[in-house]
Amino acid sequence: MTTLQMNGIMKQFSGVPALRSVDFEVKAGEVHALLGANGAGKSTLMKILTGAYVADGGSIVIDGREAAIQSPQDAKALGIQCVYQEVDTALIPYLSVAENILLDRQIQAKGLISWRRLYEEAEAILARFGFSIPVKKQVEACTLSEKQLILIARATVQQARFIIFDEPTAPLSNTETERLFQIIEQCKQAGLGIIYISHRLPEIFQICDRITVMRDGQRISTKETADTTMDEVIAAMLGKTFSEEFPKTQVPIGETILEVKNARGGKVRRADLHVREGEIVGVVGLVGAGKTELARLLFGADEWEDGKLIVNGRALRLRTPKEAVQAGIVLVPEERRKEGIFVEESVARNLSVATLAKWSPRGFVKQRLESEQAEKIVRKLGVKTAGIRQPVGHLSGGNQQKVAIGKWLDTDARIFMFDEPTKGVDIGAKSDIYRLIGSLAAEKKGILYFSCEFPEVLGIADRILVMFEGQIVKELSREEATQESIMYYASGGE
Amino acid sequence: MEAKKYSLFDFVYKYGTVAVIAIVILLFSLTNPYFFTYANITDILRSISIVTFVAVGVTFSLIVGGFDLSVGSTVSLTTVVSASMMVWYEQGAVATLAVPIVLAVLVGLINALLVVKIRIPDLLATLAMLYIVNGVHMTYSKGYSIYANMPMEDGTTAPGKFQEWFLWLGQGEILSVPVPVLLTFLLVAVTHIYLTYTRQGRMLYMTGGNVEAARLSGIPVNRYRTLAYVLSALFAGLGGMLLAARIGTGQVSSGGSMLMDAVAAAFVGFSVFGAGKPNVFGTFVGAILIGVLLNGMTMLNLPYYAYDIIKGIVLALALAVTYYQLRRKRA
Repeated sequence: MTTLQMNGIMKQFSGVPALRSVDFEVKAGEVHALLGANGAGKSTLMKILTGAYVADGGSIVIDGREAAIQSPQDAKALGIQCVYQEVDTALIPYLSVAENILLDRQIQAKGLISWRRLYEEAEAILARFGFSIPVKKQVEACTLSEKQLILIARATVQQARFIIFDEPTAPLSNTETERLFQIIEQCKQAGLGIIYISHRLPEIFQICDRITVMRDGQRISTKETADTTMDEVIAAMLGKTFSEEFPKTQVPIGETILEVKNARGGKVRRADLHVREGEIVGVVGLVGAGKTELARLLFGADEWEDGKLIVNGRALRLRTPKEAVQAGIVLVPEERRKEGIFVEESVARNLSVATLAKWSPRGFVKQRLESEQAEKIVRKLGVKTAGIRQPVGHLSGGNQQKVAIGKWLDTDARIFMFDEPTKGVDIGAKSDIYRLIGSLAAEKKGILYFSCEFPEVLGIADRILVMFEGQIVKELSREEATQESIMYYASGGE
Repeated sequence: MEAKKYSLFDFVYKYGTVAVIAIVILLFSLTNPYFFTYANITDILRSISIVTFVAVGVTFSLIVGGFDLSVGSTVSLTTVVSASMMVWYEQGAVATLAVPIVLAVLVGLINALLVVKIRIPDLLATLAMLYIVNGVHMTYSKGYSIYANMPMEDGTTAPGKFQEWFLWLGQGEILSVPVPVLLTFLLVAVTHIYLTYTRQGRMLYMTGGNVEAARLSGIPVNRYRTLAYVLSALFAGLGGMLLAARIGTGQVSSGGSMLMDAVAAAFVGFSVFGAGKPNVFGTFVGAILIGVLLNGMTMLNLPYYAYDIIKGIVLALALAVTYYQLRRKRA
């Protein structure tokens, strides 16, 4: 029986260990779940298996023979296939379904293409799984779930022996999910080894034979599904309580300043929430739960399909971020370099972008006023920069983030939204940012703090809203929230 | 060694364009005594005045991260329309100035509609407008240039003629400085101040620098992009009117060659004094460089059909320096 073993796999990224001697094994005919919180090292491990990264240490052994995987080609030659979560990165949108399914063969093909044979073969492959997608359809016009099925079909043509499914059910409907589970079952019966990555615990317990949990770049446990429970798995994912200290300042909580009823738009399917003066509300969920989308919706950056937004008792329809800013709602976005700052512009210009009208009486920018404001904010936030004329692109991640936050400080904003504000930020800047958020709350601002770092939110928030698949599924008070309870609701528990 | 190499590059990057202009002027002056005379220098400036108007417009579209290919057609349009106002319809100053300006602004608004609202990529949308506006100006003029006493379709001659004040805009002089040169200086000064010192100018640059960050900072980015396209068309339109005034005819298809020269000037402008981004002053320097080259080559009796080779090489060099620098900055 074919077995794939990864032994003592190590990997570092610029000196920081991402994997510390991880063992992992998958056998033919089994579905093996790989679990872990964000940053546990699952993706790194899988990228080593598919040849996207090369391990610093350890070995990969297939059927007792050592396999040297140095590139994606090596992995494919060994029969290791991956169905990626971001289906669009693996498909060619202009080409037909058939061409995409048989892509690798086409790359190697010599001479002329026989279109008739191409379509017939693709049809046969799809029929084997009972998929019904017209093979001549352009992939561009396919739905997300169809694209996923195309990728699965493609993985199986290439004489796969092991298939990795990375969050495969995220874009699928319930019936499609059921269909996928049948396909996985078929693959299993056909003797393929399957590695299944998902945040949804219920489905893991439904289809997987074994469960391996990773945390902090290490394997914590591997157990037969029958011998473990959801609670045990959650405990293994979270580990012991974190020792990091979060400076939570107690602030008296005042009137409601923001109320959202039944918000819907894009990925956000339903959100009801309110924020009061001086209150820090954490919005948590796993990656892809729709937190960023909710933040953008409340900021008017994406389109509302339905729902109500009430600011200071007044119902508003936000169509643009400008209107949100005028209503006193501001956002520090997740993608700092793309959305939060102007990398080529100076610190001063970045800090004045939202308040420039104040510093430019009669339309002309008063350099002195602008510089004074910039100096003030730089001092207040402790931005480490050679000067306010320095381009922001030269600063470290944490200092860039302070600039992205700083631009809002002189506005009349009453509601501050932070989307993953500590992402890619060093520990010193992190505590500066917490302190700043605390002081904003003390100034009676309302805070919405979006994050997938549960310990951070537990440390800073007065109240926690848990999101799962575009909905706010649970509200927890500071007292009742634990990492376990958040993880439970964030993975679809009820 | 390394450091020295980079500092040399920095020098080239910052002053390269200006140095090239200086060298070219020096070379031409040495080969032809007439080159560096007051008469010839004002000649050069006069010859680039219209391109500078168009290039300043292109600069605005580049600043917001867009591109406007339709400026050449807009030049042709306002050239024939302003001429026809006087020659065909015997209109006074108001209509002669206002009608072409309104038309130019309209072209800008349609560009903005296509690019900003309907979200067609800028190159494609303004390419379509290049054809449409060019077709409109051909249809309007029936393919004929418009001049005083031209024969009309009904057999009569055109009733009006180019008026003195209008011709003065293109041909007159104040204190022996040509009026179009003064107008160019005025344009460059005003737009430079606008872009560098006003809030709106700043916002245009912010919009072009990172449109998503600008939008999420509460800047009404679509309004600024619209403004840029309108200004682009407006300056092209003014350039067209100036062209009619200078040659005293509503020359048909006169703007076609303006587009490429204007784009070249604006891109050469990126590298002037190491700006690394579109700027009006650099654009002006770029236009001067092109003007000097053309003038000098004419004096050297180089075949005119070879000019484009030189222009292309200058543009490629300027772009090479600019993009090499950008890549270094990002690395």
